[in-house]
Amino acid sequence: MESDSNNILHEVTKQEYKYGFVTDIDTEFAPRGLTEDTIRFISAKKNEPEFMLEFRLKAFRHWLTMKQPDWAHLTIEPIDFQDIIYYAAPKKKKELSGLDQVDPELLATFNKLGISLEEQKKLAGVAVDAVIDSVSVKTTFSETLSKYGIIFCSFSEAVQKHPDLVKQYMGSVVPYSDNFFAALNSAVFSDGSFCFIPKGVRCPVDLSTYFRINAANTGQFERTLIVAEEGAYVSYMEGCTAPQRDENQLHAAIVEIVALKDAEVKYSTVQNWYPGDKEGKGGIYNFVTKRGICKGSNAKISWTQVETGSAITWKYPSCILLGDNSIGEFYSVAVTNNHQQADTGTKMQHLGKNTRSTIISKGISAGKSNNSYRGLVRIAKNAVNSRNYSQCDSLLLGSACGAHTFPYIQVENKSSIVEHEATTSKISEDQLFYCQQRGIDMESAIGLIVNGYAKEVLRQLPMEFAVEAQKLLSISLEGSVG
Amino acid sequence: MLLSINDLHASIADKEILKGVHLEVNKGEVHAIMGPNGTGKSTLASVIAGREVFEVTHGEITYQGKNLLKMAVEERAREGIFLGFQYPVEIPGVSITNFMRTAVNEIRKYKGLDPLSGIDFMRLMEEKKKLVEITSNLTNRSVNEGFSGGEKKKNEIFQMAMLEPTLAILDETDSGLDIDALRIVANGVNKLRRPDNAFVVITHYQRLLDYIVPDFVHVLFEGRIVKSGGKELALELEEKGYDWIKKAQE
Amino acid sequence: MESTNLSPITLSRLVSLYETHRQQLVACDTPRLAGLRDRAFQSFASLGFPDTKQEGWRHTDLKESLARLYDYPLDPLKETDIQKVFQCNIPHLDTAILGQLNGWYVSRDVPLMELGNGMIMGSLSEARKKYPELVEKYYGRAADDTTDAFTALNTAFVRDGVFVYVPAGVKSPRPVQMINVIHHKSNLLIQSRNLIILGENARLSLVHCDDSYNHQGSFSNIVTEIFAGENAFLDHYKLQNLNNNSTLISSTFFRLDKAAGLESHYISLNGGLLRNNIRVVFDGTHGRADLFGLYLMDKKQHVDNQIYVDHAFPECTSTEVFKGILDENARGVFNGHVLVRRNAVKTDARQSNKNMLLTDSARVNSKPFLEIYNDDVKCSHGSSVGQLDSMAMFYLRQRGISEESARMLLMFAFANEVVAKIAIPELRGRIEDMVKKRLQGELQICEQCVLHCSTPEKNINQ
Repeated sequence: MESDSNNILHEVTKQEYKYGFVTDIDTEFAPRGLTEDTIRFISAKKNEPEFMLEFRLKAFRHWLTMKQPDWAHLTIEPIDFQDIIYYAAPKKKKELSGLDQVDPELLATFNKLGISLEEQKKLAGVAVDAVIDSVSVKTTFSETLSKYGIIFCSFSEAVQKHPDLVKQYMGSVVPYSDNFFAALNSAVFSDGSFCFIPKGVRCPVDLSTYFRINAANTGQFERTLIVAEEGAYVSYMEGCTAPQRDENQLHAAIVEIVALKDAEVKYSTVQNWYPGDKEGKGGIYNFVTKRGICKGSNAKISWTQVETGSAITWKYPSCILLGDNSIGEFYSVAVTNNHQQADTGTKMQHLGKNTRSTIISKGISAGKSNNSYRGLVRIAKNAVNSRNYSQCDSLLLGSACGAHTFPYIQVENKSSIVEHEATTSKISEDQLFYCQQRGIDMESAIGLIVNGYAKEVLRQLPMEFAVEAQKLLSISLEGSVG
Repeated sequence: MLLSINDLHASIADKEILKGVHLEVNKGEVHAIMGPNGTGKSTLASVIAGREVFEVTHGEITYQGKNLLKMAVEERAREGIFLGFQYPVEIPGVSITNFMRTAVNEIRKYKGLDPLSGIDFMRLMEEKKKLVEITSNLTNRSVNEGFSGGEKKKNEIFQMAMLEPTLAILDETDSGLDIDALRIVANGVNKLRRPDNAFVVITHYQRLLDYIVPDFVHVLFEGRIVKSGGKELALELEEKGYDWIKKAQE
Repeated sequence: MESTNLSPITLSRLVSLYETHRQQLVACDTPRLAGLRDRAFQSFASLGFPDTKQEGWRHTDLKESLARLYDYPLDPLKETDIQKVFQCNIPHLDTAILGQLNGWYVSRDVPLMELGNGMIMGSLSEARKKYPELVEKYYGRAADDTTDAFTALNTAFVRDGVFVYVPAGVKSPRPVQMINVIHHKSNLLIQSRNLIILGENARLSLVHCDDSYNHQGSFSNIVTEIFAGENAFLDHYKLQNLNNNSTLISSTFFRLDKAAGLESHYISLNGGLLRNNIRVVFDGTHGRADLFGLYLMDKKQHVDNQIYVDHAFPECTSTEVFKGILDENARGVFNGHVLVRRNAVKTDARQSNKNMLLTDSARVNSKPFLEIYNDDVKCSHGSSVGQLDSMAMFYLRQRGISEESARMLLMFAFANEVVAKIAIPELRGRIEDMVKKRLQGELQICEQCVLHCSTPEKNINQ
């Protein structure tokens, strides 16, 4: 059994990262390093109004006063912030007219990733915003959505066309001073998606952003802002990949969600950044700040994430439950293998009355990886009759990995109930044996068991994503047993 | 008249479950309430007992001439209303002895009686245990904790015997019982039947009524009592099934 | 050395105190102990007092406690009627009593008792003189005086405390009861140090009580090192019943050798600010540590349990069950950390913290934390904060029990999960009684006597 599993572990660890290719496109870069000039360069490149430049500069000046935090259960090689290129954009070859303004190389890239940007071939029922390196290259479906009053475009476009909305909501959930990486992002972010669902509108399709890092030595700093007005609904999906490179690349993004009264936002992520090779060389540093606020009563924000990629993941998609009766949910599967490290979880800030939150986290560690759940549940004094339920399980595959659980629970009134449960165990040998006895090979058996283990989370994903996520889990996990 | 329910409407979380229930129970009678799942049988039992999560939106319940709806849960219990729970609650750390002793003495105090001495109380426990054929030592066990389904139901009847209620409502006391436990439970009930008390037996199946023979059978359907009759109604239901009632309603 | 002047507890005061009195402090030390003292002093001087910016102290703020004015005598005070110390006895509980007054061992007959079975009990400073080799072998080997400021401070200034030695194969015939009573005319800073050693196969029940005798404030920084040899078993009780002006930092370091067993019970009934640092390290395989805690706090009381269990060896088992009921403006902090090291296969570790808040101004911070580097483990933790189960309340009330009695029954049942684990029957009865009274708010009426030994038992059914 032991040697079998070692073989399979070997099989899995040598599994290729299939999105590791590089596209040969002409790219325009900002000079390496970060100064106020870099920021002015980015802002000028994007022809931004004055308020944006000011926001960036304020953030930058604040960032200079901050230190990179070290509280997470992560070992991070020092990052030289002056050795990063903060802006990289595919050059437009020439002005194309008509339907297809996108460089055919880029189209081919996204096709290879399984994302079609041609509207006639688009995924049924999904509108896509494609972001490569620092900029959005194409948003599908925009015109159709605009009939509903829905704005779905790149962040840059929103700054130009809807500056008032951007001004009103940008930084309102994640202020630039929030944390080190949020400040950095606020200073240098280049693009991202913007989505606005007006009052009473149920977005008829799932919206999706696809992030791709292509250029070398660059950092990717995108920013997403989703606003759902009173009674609005939207389901939003985010995917990402990066080429295989030996050096670490920094990805420090911000996602802000605002849900007004009776609104519902469902945000799903399948994170598959390049995790580095099996020796732990290269890979993406994924340091992301994601936060939503249920501003009005009965609002609901739901985060679902499947984290399989990145060398280091550091993110805590959170909910501020300000409106009475509002609901926050967090469903997560985080997989680490080889030398990957993940410190991920959520924060549920209960401020309004009768607010409810659910946390389901499934951590799976294999190889020499370390996987931590870190979560805060805070019930403020005025959040009477609130309720939280958390279940955080860890599955260990192999004797060299680590699984850690850091729940923080803070309750300040008597009428609320908080329950946290967690278990840590290795994959069940009985289950494996049972599957094998039925003729299923070890690798498939582990795939089956792990998918079953993660099912509670996977079934929260929109259909198109769920299939992808299951495949990903199988690739990153099958066979990694100790 | 012991209990009189008039046009009772009750809801939970704004969902109306009882939609105008009428029921009259006299001393010495046994009433059976039958009906398909989810029609409000347990809700009716809980509302009579005074569970606060249900809101009575309309109607009255008069018990021994008093307005029952104005009384707190324990006051109703002290006035002689006993609810045998469909799912008896497990209370870890509270021993059955301490639980029953507290209940018996608080009810005695309400009636102006002195508390039972420790010896008298233990004697009473032993006597009532026999009634439902409980042989195990209950003293060190927590209320319902780790009890099998049958033990829990026997424990409910045991408590009923201890508290000697005037009106006992047994909510699906037969569910989950094998034939032996069913017989024991029914025997216990029959021994407690007296001219000055009454029983309301809620059940899904006719089976229990072979043992506890009712004077009246009512069919509760979608929040209302849609049919009442004698014990033969139960047999008719058994034969024709609840579809018969559903069709008759359409 | 006579009493110093009353002043707040500050780093600079302690630094100058150490520098002035170093010669006296090290006078009886062996070279190693003197070295330990100096090293600990250096650690403390560079660490300073912890503040709320440090993770382990985020929810416990000592500012107010340190700012009060304290007397800090470096020698025992000789003013109190020693008999008072021994009034806190539990009916029918036959124990060997080791009395401490303000942290100093109070010798009734002799400062160090040597029993026929080889047990040694008494004053630590006396034991250092009489049994230097034994003390030398253990003293300072478990306590962390490099990163823990209060332990370092204690090591630097320690003068006395309790010493208990149970030789290999000896089963202590009666429980040993350590009673530290605080009684003085002004606020006191107390730093005592205890050393408990169980040889191979030894068995001991140790009841460790912290009581205050009047309402005078105090700041106690107590460090206890406990060593359990191979296959030894320790049944340990820590009972805390201090007045509301007391601050207690109690750090206990357990080292468990192969197959050693520990059952520890932390019962916190009263106190201004109680901080229990509990560190268990398994020094061999097949060890077992069961840690139980109960805290019942009200007013502005603060209790903080910091538990660290280091599974450094394979096949050890640890359990933590800590439960608390917080009333009025009380605050409870729980921070449990289980570390399972790479080699510690077949570890079984469970952690549970359950809290009940009785008011909207009571608060709880709970952080049950698992750090696991090995896949062949069974680990779980749970934490909950809530109120009484509404179905159970309905069930009890349906049987005619008043709301108040039902609440009391359920609260006592909640606490009883911990109380029921007390293995000494007389002590269990005593604690049950005190918990009932505490829950009924009756302990407040005997505030004049914080020992609350004399209030007659009242049946909770009445």
